[in-house]
Amino acid sequence: MIDYDTLRLIWWALLGVLLAGFGVTGGFDLGVGAMLRVLGRTDDERKVLVNVVAPTWDGNQVWLILGAGAVFAAMPLAYATSFSVLYPAMLAALFALFFRPTGFEYRAKVNKARWRNFWDWALVIGGALPAIVFGVAFGLILSGIPFHFDPDMRVVMDGGLWDAVTPFALFAGVVSLVMLSMHGAAFVNLKTVDTLQVRAISWMRRLALLLIVLLAAGGLWIAQGIEGYSLHGPMLANQVSTPLDQHVVREVGAWLNNFKAHPWMWSAPIAAMAGAALAAWLAWYPLIALLFSGISVAGVIATAGFAAFPFLLPSSTHPDHSLTIWNAAASPHTLTWMTAAAVVFVPIILAYTSWVFHVLRGPVRASHLKNNEYGTY
Amino acid sequence: MTDMLVDVSRLQFALTALFHFVFVPLTLGLSFLLVIMETVYVITGKEIYKEMTQFWGKLFGINFAMGVATGLTMEFQFGTNWAYYSHYVGDIFGVPLAIEGMMAFFLESTFVGLFFVGWKRLTKYQHLLVTFLVALGSNLSALWILIANGWMQNPVGAVFNPDTMRMELDSFTAMLFNPVAQAKFVHTVSAGYTTGSVFVLAISAWYLLKGRHLAFARRSFAVAAGFGLAAITSAIVLGDESGYTVGDVQKAKLAAIEAEWETAKPPASFTVIGIPNQETMETEHAIRIPWLLGLIATRSVDEPVEGLKDIIARNEARIKRGIHAVLALRDLQLNRHDEHARATLLRYQKDLGYGLLLTRYTADIAHSTPEEIHAAALHSVPRVAPLFFTFRIMVASGFAMLILFLAAAWSVWRNNFMEKRWLLKAALWSLPLPWLAAELGWFVAEYGRQPWTISGILPTSLSASSLSATQVTSSLIAFILFYTGLTAVEMFLMIKYARKGPDALHAH
Ligand code: HDD
Ligand code: HEM
Ligand code: HEM
Repeated sequence: MIDYDTLRLIWWALLGVLLAGFGVTGGFDLGVGAMLRVLGRTDDERKVLVNVVAPTWDGNQVWLILGAGAVFAAMPLAYATSFSVLYPAMLAALFALFFRPTGFEYRAKVNKARWRNFWDWALVIGGALPAIVFGVAFGLILSGIPFHFDPDMRVVMDGGLWDAVTPFALFAGVVSLVMLSMHGAAFVNLKTVDTLQVRAISWMRRLALLLIVLLAAGGLWIAQGIEGYSLHGPMLANQVSTPLDQHVVREVGAWLNNFKAHPWMWSAPIAAMAGAALAAWLAWYPLIALLFSGISVAGVIATAGFAAFPFLLPSSTHPDHSLTIWNAAASPHTLTWMTAAAVVFVPIILAYTSWVFHVLRGPVRASHLKNNEYGTY
Repeated sequence: MTDMLVDVSRLQFALTALFHFVFVPLTLGLSFLLVIMETVYVITGKEIYKEMTQFWGKLFGINFAMGVATGLTMEFQFGTNWAYYSHYVGDIFGVPLAIEGMMAFFLESTFVGLFFVGWKRLTKYQHLLVTFLVALGSNLSALWILIANGWMQNPVGAVFNPDTMRMELDSFTAMLFNPVAQAKFVHTVSAGYTTGSVFVLAISAWYLLKGRHLAFARRSFAVAAGFGLAAITSAIVLGDESGYTVGDVQKAKLAAIEAEWETAKPPASFTVIGIPNQETMETEHAIRIPWLLGLIATRSVDEPVEGLKDIIARNEARIKRGIHAVLALRDLQLNRHDEHARATLLRYQKDLGYGLLLTRYTADIAHSTPEEIHAAALHSVPRVAPLFFTFRIMVASGFAMLILFLAAAWSVWRNNFMEKRWLLKAALWSLPLPWLAAELGWFVAEYGRQPWTISGILPTSLSASSLSATQVTSSLIAFILFYTGLTAVEMFLMIKYARKGPDALHAH
């Protein structure tokens, strides 16, 4: 049997893996969607772009679905709190996501320019809006959300969500959009040829540089301007705890404490920036560039996770009620079963997903789309 | 928690779930029909079976997209709209949902793209494997979600933990082998296979009536007739009634479906039709068949079927005991080390949920009046009339489809269905029946669980998030607008491609 603290740590890490899985695979799908009308100037080009993403986007999105399911099971209180407290934001992302299955599947089913234009724009919204909302959610988490719990552990919102949206949260939304668009362009670089590829490279380079600048600015902002949170007990090994019996302190710069205590954590922000730089530099080796751009995405997600650890959702109005991986976790019994399931299934998933990408390797060409009608989108 | 908020939240959940389940059964059924058709292609090498797989696959894809879009809502909604529920039972309920993601959604979603684009890149056998994995994935997804849903109907393998204020997993295997979940799984996937079969049968019949694509339609009709007969038989014969042998709330549901007000002396008679009256607790103008209910519900002639009046009386006693549990819990919240309260809670724990039922009728549980307790008890069973009628319509559609498939399979066997225009017309007009039955079936299952979200443990009135009713009403309206629009597009494309027939494979 693994002890409770280790289990909770494992699930903190696994949630990070799931998020990164979504960021890296679902991320380029969102990015291509957001960039659809920038990269694809003509209807034919957009057809190529849609066919780049359509065969595999659904599997990639399951990282998100599984992420939600895994938070539900492993950190039930965090699932309940985040989804309900961020209600308007969650629903905005959800409604935008409706456009993806329908857009990919229906776009080519009617041979009219207006129809395809409509679905193109739908895919742009379905890519850009969720990218922004997920970023804003990260930003909100780092700046704290107004909620508390009553004695029954019912989460209560203190004021409206819009009052809670800080400039930093909006900034995080922009970072997320830029990052995923860069990643989307990196994927297009790998999967297309000629004009489209050249255009993708030039956008990827610009976005990568912009991302580096934004990340540096964000780092300064977190160090100088944002109140972070730190947990001050009681901390008893392997005990059950709830948000009603802890003490949390809020102070500027506290989000850097973990990095100071564990310098190896600096590898995450370094990976985020170096990944983007290397992707831009090595753009003409598409697979390597995509890999580095993925490392950059994972690095950004890991940076946020390391900064906030052990917090999942800090409360701005009742800091003591903040959710951490210690007090939001499921019971040891549940975490044990969940760990077993993850150990069995995640490798299997990775294996067959790689096989599918392997079968579908190689660029998508406009000429190819015309003479293979069944199975083009 | 206002009643209004709970009501719109319920309405929103019901609406989005029923919408999801418009697309789900077709995915479940059609995916297996595709496997059958493609297997025939791989074995015989006849191109026409490949065309069938591709054509029905195209319609499958149009439907699948909506299944994914509406499924996402479901995954979000427990957190957005049922936050207290998610906290209270997430430790158990979240597990099958997460496993569903790992085991099922990844499988179907990763391979579904390859089903469409993989024809030229894969060998015949590899492609068949891909199709099979898509079908397997959808069916595994049904399995896990129904384990989750079955647990809400019959919550086994869980205990309350006063320190975390929630239910926690006690036995994973008890949850896994929950008899209610198993009954639900068999019945629901059979319903899905039936839906897929009626879909293929009806559209093929339409081609035959029009005299188009004859070779293609004849074979599709035959495959659907065979598979459909097995499916509808399984939906009717196997499945749900076995789920009523356990669980107090399942018993109340059964009594409500049957409008059994009094506990009938065995063997109980079955009320075919009548008009149930909740106030007087009688069924007016009832037509009854002796013995039948006892046989259906208990599989015996000497066990009683418990009536609603007895169930209400028993629940009233449980509510009274539950008050002790609720009060002990309040004490514990004030002082975690109050050992007396802890012991009291432990003693009355089984009735904690019943005590919580009272929160809807009084703010001060310690001083609740007999009238309040009685009101809570009266509402501890579902309303009879809606269940009574919807159940009978589901069953009637089920038998109508059984007759259809018997006739269809018989004439496929005799090889004379091409001339039987009445049969082809009947097949065409039966198209809505499986959806009607499936939607009503969910209504019976879910409405019949009221007033609980988790039977005997968590009342619906406590489960919702702390949102404003206006917020939920706005999102409800947005769902209605979006879903209606998207469904209109989906139907338009379905009809467009069904009209084109297999020719659609060669041109857009
Ligand atoms: C009996 C079957 C069944 C039932 C009761 C439900 N579902 Fe479902 N769901 C499926 C059977 C299914 C499926 C057959 O696997 C779908 C439908 C079409 C499809 O694309 O997959 C699907 C899709 C689907 C998806 C998209 C998965 C993807 O991207 O592939 C999600 C997130 C959910 N569902 C979640 C839920 C939740 C949270 C439910 C409970 C409230 C639920 N479903 C009820
Ligand atoms: C897709 C199939 C499903 C359909 C058609 C369906 C149908 C319904 C209906 C009609 C209601 C409203 C009941 C009422 O207002 O009295 C409802 C409520 C609800 N159902 Fe389902 N349901 C489905 C699947 C599920 C599953 C799989 C779960 C859980 C895993 C679930 C959980 C709930 C919850 C939490 C509510 C709201 C609370 C309540 O009213 O009890 N449903 N559903
Ligand atoms: C003809 C005989 C039938 C009987 C006796 C029957 C019985 C039942 C019962 C008792 C329930 C409620 C389950 C619960 O309490 O949780 C139910 C639910 C349901 N029924 Fe049926 N049913 C029949 C036919 C059909 C048909 C033909 C379909 C669809 C094609 C169908 C689809 C469903 C679905 C989807 C549910 C909800 C899921 C579940 O609870 O299993 N049923 N059925």
